[in-house]
Amino acid sequence: MPVLHSSIDTASDTYQSNRRALLDLLAEHDEQLALACAGGGERYVARHRARGKLLVRERIELLLDPDTAFLELSPVAAWGTGYHVGASIVTGVGVVSGVECLIIGHEPTVRGGTMNPVTLKKNLRAFEIARANRLPVINLVESGGADLPTQADLFIPAGNIFRELTQLSALGIPTIALVFGSSTAGGAYVPGMCDHAVLVDQRAKVFLGGPPLVKMATGEESDDEELGGAEMHSRISGVSDYFAVDEIDCIRIGRQIVADLNWRKLGPGPSKPADEPVHDPDELLGIASADLRIPFDPREVIARVADGSRFDEYKPLYGTSLVTGWASIHGYPVGILANAQGVLFNDESKKATEFILLANQTDTPLVFLQNTTGYMVGKDYEQAGMVKDGAKMINAVANSAVPHFTVIMGASYGAGNYGMCGRAFGPRFLFTWPNARVAVMGPQQLAGVLSIVARQGAEAAGTLFDEEADAAQRQGVEEQIERESKALFMTGKLYDDGIIDPRDTRTVLGIALSAAHGQTIEGRRGFGVFRM
Amino acid sequence: MKRLLVANRGEIARRVFRTARAMGIGTVAVFSDADEHAPHVGDADLAVRLPGTTPAETYLDIGAVLAAARSTGSDAIHPGYGFLSENAAFARACAAAGITFVGPSPEAIEAMGSKIAAKELMAAAGVPILPGATVTDGEALPDVGFPVLVKAAFGGGGRGMRVVRSPGELADAVASAQREAAAAFGDGTVFLERYVEDPRHVEVQIFGDTHGTVIHLYERECSIQRRYQKIIEEAPSPAVDDERRAALGAAAVKAAEALGYVGAGTVEFVMDQQGEFFFLEVNTRLQVEHPVTELVTGLDLVELQLRVARGEPLPLPPPLRGHAIEARLYAEDVAAGFVPASGRIHRFDVPGDVRVDTGYEAGSTVSTFYDAMLAKVIASGDTREQAVGRLAEALTDARIHGVPTNRELLVRVLRHPEFQAGNTDTGFLDRHDLAHVEVPDDVRLRHAVAAALAAAAERRQSAPVQPHVPAGWRNVPAIPQVASYDGIEIRYRYTGDGVEVEGLGGVRVWSAEPNGVDVTIEGVRRRIAVERVGDDTYVDDADGASTLRAVPRFPLPDAAVAAGSLLAPLPGSVVRVLVEPGESVRRGQTLVVLEAMKMEHSVQSPSDGSVTDVRVAVGDQVESGQVLAVVDE
Repeated sequence: MPVLHSSIDTASDTYQSNRRALLDLLAEHDEQLALACAGGGERYVARHRARGKLLVRERIELLLDPDTAFLELSPVAAWGTGYHVGASIVTGVGVVSGVECLIIGHEPTVRGGTMNPVTLKKNLRAFEIARANRLPVINLVESGGADLPTQADLFIPAGNIFRELTQLSALGIPTIALVFGSSTAGGAYVPGMCDHAVLVDQRAKVFLGGPPLVKMATGEESDDEELGGAEMHSRISGVSDYFAVDEIDCIRIGRQIVADLNWRKLGPGPSKPADEPVHDPDELLGIASADLRIPFDPREVIARVADGSRFDEYKPLYGTSLVTGWASIHGYPVGILANAQGVLFNDESKKATEFILLANQTDTPLVFLQNTTGYMVGKDYEQAGMVKDGAKMINAVANSAVPHFTVIMGASYGAGNYGMCGRAFGPRFLFTWPNARVAVMGPQQLAGVLSIVARQGAEAAGTLFDEEADAAQRQGVEEQIERESKALFMTGKLYDDGIIDPRDTRTVLGIALSAAHGQTIEGRRGFGVFRM
Repeated sequence: MKRLLVANRGEIARRVFRTARAMGIGTVAVFSDADEHAPHVGDADLAVRLPGTTPAETYLDIGAVLAAARSTGSDAIHPGYGFLSENAAFARACAAAGITFVGPSPEAIEAMGSKIAAKELMAAAGVPILPGATVTDGEALPDVGFPVLVKAAFGGGGRGMRVVRSPGELADAVASAQREAAAAFGDGTVFLERYVEDPRHVEVQIFGDTHGTVIHLYERECSIQRRYQKIIEEAPSPAVDDERRAALGAAAVKAAEALGYVGAGTVEFVMDQQGEFFFLEVNTRLQVEHPVTELVTGLDLVELQLRVARGEPLPLPPPLRGHAIEARLYAEDVAAGFVPASGRIHRFDVPGDVRVDTGYEAGSTVSTFYDAMLAKVIASGDTREQAVGRLAEALTDARIHGVPTNRELLVRVLRHPEFQAGNTDTGFLDRHDLAHVEVPDDVRLRHAVAAALAAAAERRQSAPVQPHVPAGWRNVPAIPQVASYDGIEIRYRYTGDGVEVEGLGGVRVWSAEPNGVDVTIEGVRRRIAVERVGDDTYVDDADGASTLRAVPRFPLPDAAVAAGSLLAPLPGSVVRVLVEPGESVRRGQTLVVLEAMKMEHSVQSPSDGSVTDVRVAVGDQVESGQVLAVVDE
């Protein structure tokens, strides 16, 4: 397989200014990560510790095998929403007793670990990843249930937590609840519906109604331990399978449960040499465009992500605005589709369609590296059937059955977002570089379109068009779209699985691929491969 | 002499086999049940089991040893040192069985076996002696002045020895010595002798042949001792000049001639700071420390022993050449008071230009039944400085994993300015507390970092999933990784090219493998060797060695020892159980007595209270850390 050459000039102004801009964006992201890690703030963290409890990330660290990786998902979810950055819950893929698991931990220092609508969305996305990739689920439970003032947007969809947990179990995907504290009311059903439950002595409280509620409902006098303590549930009700003397013991038992699953991944696993890329991934910071009007060669990215920088390009002379080809990451074979000049023309769409069909023939997962301004518009292209060709590509992406992984490394505008496997197309994982912009179209274009439409409306109505008001409105819209297409905004809304440092792209995709191989890897068959 | 049985074990058996093989003499080993896998067994052409494990059942059983000789057609027996080497009855039994005993006559052994008779004989022959007298039951204790040394009249090796500086302590010391002597040698007779303060222990190698020739092969100095056991021996003594050497040699030859001595022997003297020397005793055997004499004379003393036993005449003594020094490497916990250690040896490498006489190799087990000496490491050179330097270097570079050793202590002695200046006497280790020098904190921290990195590499190599993902990778680096060892915990985060260690800073990792790491720490690039065996990690580098015991991440809740449990401080056998469950005890009261090696160890109640459980009985073998009894406050 040919090894990609690199032609970047690390001394160039473009490289240097990209690098500076990316480092600034990463620093901005790091600030948000720090906020997420700080939980409910010093006072609540101190109170939590004073109770002899571990923080959620400490619980996760102990749960993980030493020196293994943890890929945290959507760590700054809820950014810009007014809720706690991180959405009061930690989710991620980690290795426990040699098994890749989907770990979900409540953040008890933020409003008692209660769930708001973003918490729910993040939790459900974690379940979705566990289901698609067949990852055992470990819940680190300490939550007061619903964040009651938000119940209107929460109560109805939160039923999906119960439904997902039981359906995961039905699919043979193990579910484990390690209960460190409150798991009350609706929360009581989490250990109740998991395959395995471990309760911590004197800490776990698993009941539908606490003493005050019971008193109000039936007049019965009771205490926490009688209603939902670890000892009671381990000895009497059977809600708990294991009685843990403390948090450490609980985590030990959780690890033992995973070890005893005798878990086997169903995917074929890695089959290629997994040597490091020839070119330095650090240089990705200077390659990624900070100014999205300037395209960059995605081969420079592939050369810093693929094993040994090896890449077998498919149809290199045809539809050159989209690069397609075969490579491997951490030994897992992949097909890669990467935007080169941003625009998807007719040929690019047909090339992508064929490539996706081929990948399905060979059960090869696909990686989409997005930097697209969308499908081409204009007379020539419409007349050449741009709609038909775009539809072919979107059809292929939508119905492809091999795992998809998407990295938004620049622009993601218009239907290009769909054709290149945006969030709505169900990629197993979708990550964003901090310089990314995602919107129906660019801010200037969008504001301009609105302006033109308004002007036409005024003309049709025969009214006077207010140029001054239009200019102000254009600027306002531009600013709004600019703000709403930022990576932090998108990740805050859980439209991705997190912003990643471009230098980590290979590692992140390696973990994602390994996770995806938990499930069988089978492409869509039926028709042969159409030459479009 | 066609076939030689060695009635011994360990390094000395192997040492004798080596020479016998070179001389074309067949070899026979004997082995106890505890030694069935010992290397000396495989070294011999034939080997015979001596059923049992204790010395009395095996290597001390004259009948069993002679039966082994008969069944293998052995025509000679070399007794080594210790065990039957100074047993006149055994020498006689060999003669009666028509087997050559490689050693002096039974009469010579007997004459020197009683230290009292030996001194009388030597005094008569004109050899200078110290005042002393035997303790007789029922009579007043003899007065030889103070300080006084109390010791067993029969036997050797420091067993039962005590120094008494005031009359009030004498009676207790005598009683105690009588008990230990009776237990160890079957004869409780005790001898009192004037004690020389700050003496040097100087001994002269003698050899006699059947043609009436007696020669001496110069002196050895063995002043560096712990608990009356030699640990460093050298030849020549730095305190002996040519004139005194001649005087010592003449006195030793005189002693040997008085005995009509045949074979290898050692005349031990105690020498005061002015250089005056007094006769101490004659050891009628090959000494542990004989190799230093071999290296300064070029002779093979075992070969000489065998030639003398065959009736050949001795050669002329060769001139003294250069300097040689030996260190005895013991399996012991130095800091805990030289407590003997047992266990399986995982690695045993002593590199360098040194001679290593050992009865162990990687995979061997050090049992609690016999002496815990692992090896003798011997270096030589043109000068004392050179020999000492070579020995210290070899010991520093040695990698011995599985049991604690006195290696660090030996290195500290060898590198001590007083030692290097030749200012040695038997009180050296009392004056210089080298036993309690800890590995410096910075070295230990570096070793812990190396252990953690090697452990991470080992885990990465055997990772069932994500083997190519960088170790400890995080996209949200919130909490450091923790590696916890007994007494030291390190917290570290992975960076692109290494780790950031709390309290140490950035560590550049050039390579990390399970068996070692190549790292730059605080500006110095180091290769640090690591070996993990179970929970123990052995770390060696140019700055020393550490054994790090991993603290389990998840202790089992029921694994904790109940409060008030008394644990065996060392492996050994239970000789007395002084309490029963339910009994009230006072703080400091002895509850159980263990015997390990040559010492009795009392296990005392930590508090006033009552005994709730006694888990051992007399005769039990216990491991270090085993619960003996439980006391409830």
